[in-house]
Amino acid sequence: MATYRLTVNGQPRTLEAEPEMPLLWALRDELGLVGTKYGCGIGACGACTVHLDGVAMRSCSLPLGKLNGEAITTIEGLSAEGDHPVQLAWLEHDVPQCGYCQAGQIMSAASLLNLTPDPSEADISSGMSGNICRCGTYSRIHAAVKTAAQKLS
Amino acid sequence: MSTTRTNRRSFLKVSAATGGGMLLGLSWLSSCQNEQVAKAAPSLVMPEEWVTVSAFLKVGDNGVVTIMSPNPEIGQNVKTSMPMLVAEELDVDWKNVVVEQAGLDTEQYSRQLAGGSQSIRVAWEPLRKAGATARYLLVAAAAQQLDVDAGELRTENGYVYHDGSDRKLGYGELASLAATLSPPEEVTLKAAGDFKIIGHGKKNVDAKPIVTGQPLFGLDLQRDDMLYAAIVHPPAFGMKLKSVDDSAARSMPGIRDVVRINAAPEGVELQWSDVNAFPELVAVVGDNTWRVLQARKALQIEWETDSAAESTDAQRQKLQELLDNGTAEEARRDGDPEAAFARAAQVVEATYSAPFLPHNTMEPMNFFAHVTADKAELVGPIQTPEFLRTTVSRLLDLPEEQISIMMTRMGGGFGRRLYGNFGVEAALISEAAGGLPIKLVYSREDDMTQGTYRPEYLVRYRAALDEDGRLIGFHVRGTGTNESPVFANRFPAGTVDNYLAENLSSETNVSTGAWRAPRSNFIAGAEQAFLDEVAEAAGKDPIAFRLELFDRAIEDPVGEENDYDAERYAGVLKLVRDKSGWNTNDDKRGVAAYYCHNSYVAQVLELEMKNDEPHVTEVHCAVDCGIVVNPEGALNQIEGGITDGIGHALYGQLTLTDGVPDQQNYDTYRLIRHNEAPHAIHTHFVESETAPTGLGEPSLPPVIGALANAVYRQTGQRVYRQPFVQPRELRG
Repeated sequence: MATYRLTVNGQPRTLEAEPEMPLLWALRDELGLVGTKYGCGIGACGACTVHLDGVAMRSCSLPLGKLNGEAITTIEGLSAEGDHPVQLAWLEHDVPQCGYCQAGQIMSAASLLNLTPDPSEADISSGMSGNICRCGTYSRIHAAVKTAAQKLS
Repeated sequence: MSTTRTNRRSFLKVSAATGGGMLLGLSWLSSCQNEQVAKAAPSLVMPEEWVTVSAFLKVGDNGVVTIMSPNPEIGQNVKTSMPMLVAEELDVDWKNVVVEQAGLDTEQYSRQLAGGSQSIRVAWEPLRKAGATARYLLVAAAAQQLDVDAGELRTENGYVYHDGSDRKLGYGELASLAATLSPPEEVTLKAAGDFKIIGHGKKNVDAKPIVTGQPLFGLDLQRDDMLYAAIVHPPAFGMKLKSVDDSAARSMPGIRDVVRINAAPEGVELQWSDVNAFPELVAVVGDNTWRVLQARKALQIEWETDSAAESTDAQRQKLQELLDNGTAEEARRDGDPEAAFARAAQVVEATYSAPFLPHNTMEPMNFFAHVTADKAELVGPIQTPEFLRTTVSRLLDLPEEQISIMMTRMGGGFGRRLYGNFGVEAALISEAAGGLPIKLVYSREDDMTQGTYRPEYLVRYRAALDEDGRLIGFHVRGTGTNESPVFANRFPAGTVDNYLAENLSSETNVSTGAWRAPRSNFIAGAEQAFLDEVAEAAGKDPIAFRLELFDRAIEDPVGEENDYDAERYAGVLKLVRDKSGWNTNDDKRGVAAYYCHNSYVAQVLELEMKNDEPHVTEVHCAVDCGIVVNPEGALNQIEGGITDGIGHALYGQLTLTDGVPDQQNYDTYRLIRHNEAPHAIHTHFVESETAPTGLGEPSLPPVIGALANAVYRQTGQRVYRQPFVQPRELRG
């Protein structure tokens, strides 16, 4: 066990855990931030996506021991009022069906737009293909990312 | 904080006409509710006081209305569309409505179940009557307060108006009095033309909490002192637990207990919903999900063989043998099919197959349970809470009244959560661990290897054509693991004089269950691909060929037990033909139409080949589901079903080697992804005043046929085996 001092959504957070514990389970079970979802545990579905210094990472495959003081952002901290342009675009396009994967989708989209502010169709398709949606909301996700890109530009 | 007043007495008199025994007061957790509402609809001002007017709604003193959503929400959007039915007849402004999920309460509500695309169809009248009954009471209260006759009053957007004296009262001012009045024997419902909410798109009421990551799902539940549990089930179908040495696991950090449970002990009667290949399990209980998942790896478990370890190749050979030589159950016979085939100018024959499919809800199975000596509290994602309660009651030997079940929003259902073994397991683990509150969490691997799969199917079609290309005989013979996929009375039954439908079934120890649009999810694609082949053999355009068959069923149907309405069926086909600009000479797209869950869907699908794999670019879809309650949610369901169907037909496959699933996570199991999904889906609803029917399932089955037909038209190759894209190592 070791003591970890993390910066999560701008707040200092301290926890005692094994270095092997993935950030996902530290966020969910130790810090009570359950917006970040468990889907596969092997970094293949994207449900657990968070930002490390603004860049999308799969928190299920990121052990606490590998962190180096990066700023961690979860869906709860993407915006203060839930009004990040990506979140607003998701509402405008009424994207969610079951909704379970959408936090991860939104975090991936926000990261994509951080890195590629004016994405092409192909940029969106490749940038969002790490996130699985079993309900099949991809066409709406695609449209929502485009809307968010326009609002950010 | 706010206070709540409830008048139960007045609602004890509710008659069948106002929705059976469903309208009774509940005790509300009002303080909790205001917090939930504030998150979902931050712009709404919360009332100081709520008054419970019925089990379906309560009215705040400022006119904000809470409508209860009784049914489980699996992503089919009933949490939005069902309260819309109540709100319509209540006559409130949707902007002033907040929705709250109801728990299982069989005294107040009926059919709290998500399955068969039936929620809206079944609730269509009772929920509107619930709204109309409450509106009647509010009007009656206004009549008393204004000292006028109720007949002089009208309602609009949450107010009762007396135009004669130019006075109005808000529902919030009337609720206290209304709650003391007796409900009417009968209520009058609006005509479809007067709807102000039904038929007008409303966005998902949980959208804001979803996009901000608020706790909504079973997996998100947290309680003080709650522990986590992970199970270990046998590694292969056909095996069972023999012994376990848990000493190493018990000594690991955070581990509190290791228990054995049995969900199918001798002498306990089980139900249809208790499908479970692995009733005997080991469970690890501890203080963190990851720690319990780690600790179970330290368990020393001995398994023993219970029944044969089956492999997919052998199962498929068995199905083939059965199809070729088995003695079938004759499900329907019209005319003399043997004679028709004997005199046919041309016979077309084709065989289609599809593999096991796990459900792969993105939220893995999980459930919270807290079982003490005299009660059990269960919270989690379940499509069949009433059945779960019954099984838990039997296994814990606890009366149903002492068991509470709260349904969380579900990260997908697709049929998997009809079978509540994970809820049962959570209850048994809590009990075995001495009454600790626990949340059971399946890993993805647990989830994918547990069974309850869509069955493997195999079906052979034969069609007899005469010299003029007319269909004179039709024969369908189907089999599958644990069930046949054939619906004997569906199209083209009723359109052909000589018809034979046969069923064969093969047993397996791999558990199978309903998967989004059961049986239809395979047979529609097979049938529609076959009809395309028959149309080609007859030298006819595939749409024109189908319409000829429907004409026959409209003018002179064969038999009396045809499941479908041929005019509505033909209607969606004509609509999609016109909307897609179908070229009757040589269209390179694929077409299909299907009827299931009381709804009619037809599609035209366009694709391109990329790296030898089909990539769907555009789909036109026509739907006749009667009145569309919520066009916004309806479009989403249609689009999702199309994408889901395409994805599973192209890639979905679970195979077994010696009873062990070959795919256990998304590194080996392929689900459709963003870059593989169509981004242009055009949905066209038939305008209708017919009562609404299913939407969660009907768009999925036919798209597999449209896809198969488009592949043929693009490549010249017919596809018969799902998945259409075979895994690379299996390509010959």
